[in-house]
Amino acid sequence: MSNIIELKNVNKWFDKFQVLKEINLTVTQQEKIVICGPSGSGKSTLIRCINRLEEHQEGQIIVDGNEISEDTKNIEKIRAEVGMVFQQFNLFPHLSILDNCTLAPIWVKKLPKKKAEEIAMENLKRVQIEDQALKFPGQLSGGQQQRCALARALCMEPKIMLFDEPTSALDPEMIKEVLDAMVDLAKAGMTMIVVTHEMGFAKEVADNMIFMDEGRIVEKAKTNDFFANPKSDRTKLFLSQIL
Amino acid sequence: MNNFNILKPNKENLNSFILIGTFFITLSFIDIFSNTFLDLNITGFLPNFLSYFSPLIIGVFGLHLIRIEYSGNKFLDRINSSINSNFFNSVLTLFIIFVLIKYIPPILNWFIFDADFAGSTKQDCTSEGACWVFVKVWLKRFMYGMYPDAEQWRINIAFLILFVSIGFIFLLPQKFKKYIILYLLFIYPIIALNLISGGVFGLKWIETGAWGGLSLTLIVSAFALIFCFPVGMFLAMGRRSDLPAIRYCSIGFIELWRGVPLITVLFMSAVMFPMFLPDGTFMDKLMRVIIAITLFEAAYMAEVIRGGLQALPRGQYDAGKSLGMGYWRLHFLIILPQALKLVIPGIANTFLALVKDTPLIFVVGLLELAGMIGLAKTNPKWLGMAAEGYVFAGLVFWVICYAMSRYSQNLEKKLSTER
Amino acid sequence: MNLKNPKILIPQIITVISLISVIAYFAFNAQVNMGNRGISFGYGFLSQEASFDIGFSLIDYDGSMSYARAFLVGLLNTLLVSVIGIFFATLIGVTVGIGRLSSNYLIAKTAEIYVEIFRNIPLLLQLFFWYYAALRALPLPENAINIFDVSYLTVKGWYVPKFIWTNFSVFLISILASIIAIIFVVKYAKKKREEIGQHVPTFSISFGILILFPLITFLVGGVTLNFQIPVLSQMTTTVFNFKGGVSIIPELISLAIALSMYTATFIAENVRAGILGVTKGQKEAAASIGLTKSQILKLVVMPQALRIIIPPTTNQYLNLTKNSSLAAAIAYPDIVLVFAGTALMQTGRAVEIISITMGTYLLISLSISMFMNWYNKSVAIKEK
Repeated sequence: MSNIIELKNVNKWFDKFQVLKEINLTVTQQEKIVICGPSGSGKSTLIRCINRLEEHQEGQIIVDGNEISEDTKNIEKIRAEVGMVFQQFNLFPHLSILDNCTLAPIWVKKLPKKKAEEIAMENLKRVQIEDQALKFPGQLSGGQQQRCALARALCMEPKIMLFDEPTSALDPEMIKEVLDAMVDLAKAGMTMIVVTHEMGFAKEVADNMIFMDEGRIVEKAKTNDFFANPKSDRTKLFLSQIL
Repeated sequence: MNNFNILKPNKENLNSFILIGTFFITLSFIDIFSNTFLDLNITGFLPNFLSYFSPLIIGVFGLHLIRIEYSGNKFLDRINSSINSNFFNSVLTLFIIFVLIKYIPPILNWFIFDADFAGSTKQDCTSEGACWVFVKVWLKRFMYGMYPDAEQWRINIAFLILFVSIGFIFLLPQKFKKYIILYLLFIYPIIALNLISGGVFGLKWIETGAWGGLSLTLIVSAFALIFCFPVGMFLAMGRRSDLPAIRYCSIGFIELWRGVPLITVLFMSAVMFPMFLPDGTFMDKLMRVIIAITLFEAAYMAEVIRGGLQALPRGQYDAGKSLGMGYWRLHFLIILPQALKLVIPGIANTFLALVKDTPLIFVVGLLELAGMIGLAKTNPKWLGMAAEGYVFAGLVFWVICYAMSRYSQNLEKKLSTER
Repeated sequence: MNLKNPKILIPQIITVISLISVIAYFAFNAQVNMGNRGISFGYGFLSQEASFDIGFSLIDYDGSMSYARAFLVGLLNTLLVSVIGIFFATLIGVTVGIGRLSSNYLIAKTAEIYVEIFRNIPLLLQLFFWYYAALRALPLPENAINIFDVSYLTVKGWYVPKFIWTNFSVFLISILASIIAIIFVVKYAKKKREEIGQHVPTFSISFGILILFPLITFLVGGVTLNFQIPVLSQMTTTVFNFKGGVSIIPELISLAIALSMYTATFIAENVRAGILGVTKGQKEAAASIGLTKSQILKLVVMPQALRIIIPPTTNQYLNLTKNSSLAAAIAYPDIVLVFAGTALMQTGRAVEIISITMGTYLLISLSISMFMNWYNKSVAIKEK
């Protein structure tokens, strides 16, 4: 399987503070990676650099053969292939669930409305909220909103899905429904990079685990090895705290 | 020097671009300075239009040259991301700077350097600048209106007591604050009123028509605020009442006062109100005006307080009711203290609007600060002083209003972080 | 709630009775007082001859016309200055509001200073400054400030060319036709986008139509536009004035400037609050699904920002209209000056005149309130 994402010697600063230090990472197609680590370690920043919601100052980020740079046309093309699910859902409150999902296909991919709605309903079915299609985000629970956010991202038929702590803002009883949807997605073969604390999900779905601390990738290993024999002391400390 | 294209600044030739760019920017500043201060047009050889805009054109070109992203030079990067991020921004930046350079000196000249401060008559204003002698000579009138000079100490004492009392509110511990506020709301007005109008304790009677100037502005604002507060509170409660008659009366009252301009309300108080009272009843002009402004502002205050009442969680009402409290106890002990705290910024805003509305009382013939200036500028010995007068009044009001708005913003910040 | 419960009934009865007695007391006194002055209550005076002139009017008027006509003149003048004020206040307010959010430090600071200065000085004072100080500094007609030789700025007023149309109705129809055409273009574009996903450049086409249709009427519709340019002429040995053209009186100019600049500060703050009110997450989510910057603005940011901006801004429009009553301070003939001022002084009918004046403003306020309520309900973001 070819590499679909490559990060080479990526460094990033916020003013004087360095948040990403010499990040080197390759992701192959259909690979599922879970990134974990203490807060402030740069996990979210890392995946936000992949769809250029954050800008890196040094190094190369190559997504599906395209290098990410200041060129605008290039960025929007990349974002159409990379879907993202946010911690705060970020659904558009003034549009119905269906409209949330059809917005980008209509305006970016220039699909006819009917086709966009077909695709939207398919994806809403996938995450099991097709009966909420005509409701508005404010009328849905947190778990339903996050599943809708997932469907919205899937409507663009992305090659890669990024998840930025998708369940951290949810009440405990709703975490499962979102994780189930993500597991289904993983089984269907999507390339996924997930930042999360949900280790149960990680064990079930992830091919590789990454542990980040203070802006560096401290350890990367196959999931089983990662949990059974963590190599670095910091990894061991972190795992002992959350497991 | 490879890759050197004068039109495309790049990082490799950083120093050359900075050098050339700074040269052009400096040139543009020299141009505008020589234009403004030395009356010298160094680009006079160009056609009229180009020569007028030459500082801008040269400067924008210079800024274009130093617009290099991620140059590594921290100072340059900060300038580039802030005022020089694109062509449009650079044009606006230079435009603002040049306008300031061109027009601030003449304004400063008028205000200070060419102005006349010494003297006592209009003839002493010989220069082209502002005639501040006018303000100096009329200052007492601007502050006290037609109030006799000999008695002005009474107004001073009244305000001194007010400021000292307000000072106490901040200094005294929580327990005593309530008493000071009650004192200010109920006892102080009587003291101040008697002190200023006189007729008691051997003080000379000064009729309200003679009151004027800034002191009148503050008197009207203070009284209107003190009284519009309880009226507004009752209106707000009335509007939320479950009793339809009271609710509709409140809504009608509020919407009536909010839907008409203050000037018509003042007209009404001056012209229509006497019609409604038996022939011959005399109601003091000032009292009519204060009543009119009070009722007017009470409607706005009512809406502000209503916002606070609505924002309070229903749980508070439920808790009070479940403890057996009646309507009045519930509101005065639990609801209002919390609701009022929520809308202190709104109340401060209403007070600010009130102060800005007081100049309108000129329509009934009462001359507060703006009115006094209007009177002064038509005095035959002081014609043509309109600019100085209104600028002075504008400054006075601005200082008062800006201070109040800053205070209310700080209050809002403090209260929102407390929660 | 048991309506017959005395605890509920009695306060209401007391309120209503007190209200009625107060009104009755006032009415009785008014009757007596009016009787003493030999006037009887009634609105019949409106058809009487006004016998006073008005300095500025949009419609024909002279002293021989009725009070009702004078009222109409005042009303039109009020609406005129309000509309002009609202237009410029919006323009300045939106610009300054967006400027406050600029990443350019100078622009943001300038906008902030503008707001802090013009918001904290009473409107009346600003009006006095423009009228008595700024506009009084303008030159006399013989030394007028010349604007491209067609318009002249003097202390007596701003003289602009008079538009002389033939077949104006044809021109008007072409504007209406272009609006209708644009509506169809928008509908057509929406249909095409939904059916086959083709995006039609609606904006450019609409703009073209708006320019083209009226232009055609000049070429083939028999519409002509001539300008009567004001010309300096000598009235007496020392007095010059402009003849021809239209003169915009300094009262109107200063009132419009003061109202615009004051109200713009509030609109600027509303615009700023509206744009800040759209969370960063919304923009990020929109960007992450591939929308361009202008698409994000049009489809995600503006719809949400406008919902925050429009209600308080409409309130400001209302305030502007009410504040236009300050015209009385500088003798601009609006409703208050013409009707509650001159007419009232002449007829002495305080109750009738003030009730009509206040009633007019009340009507304007209530209509705008109703529109506001309708707007809020129709765009309300649905929640649980």
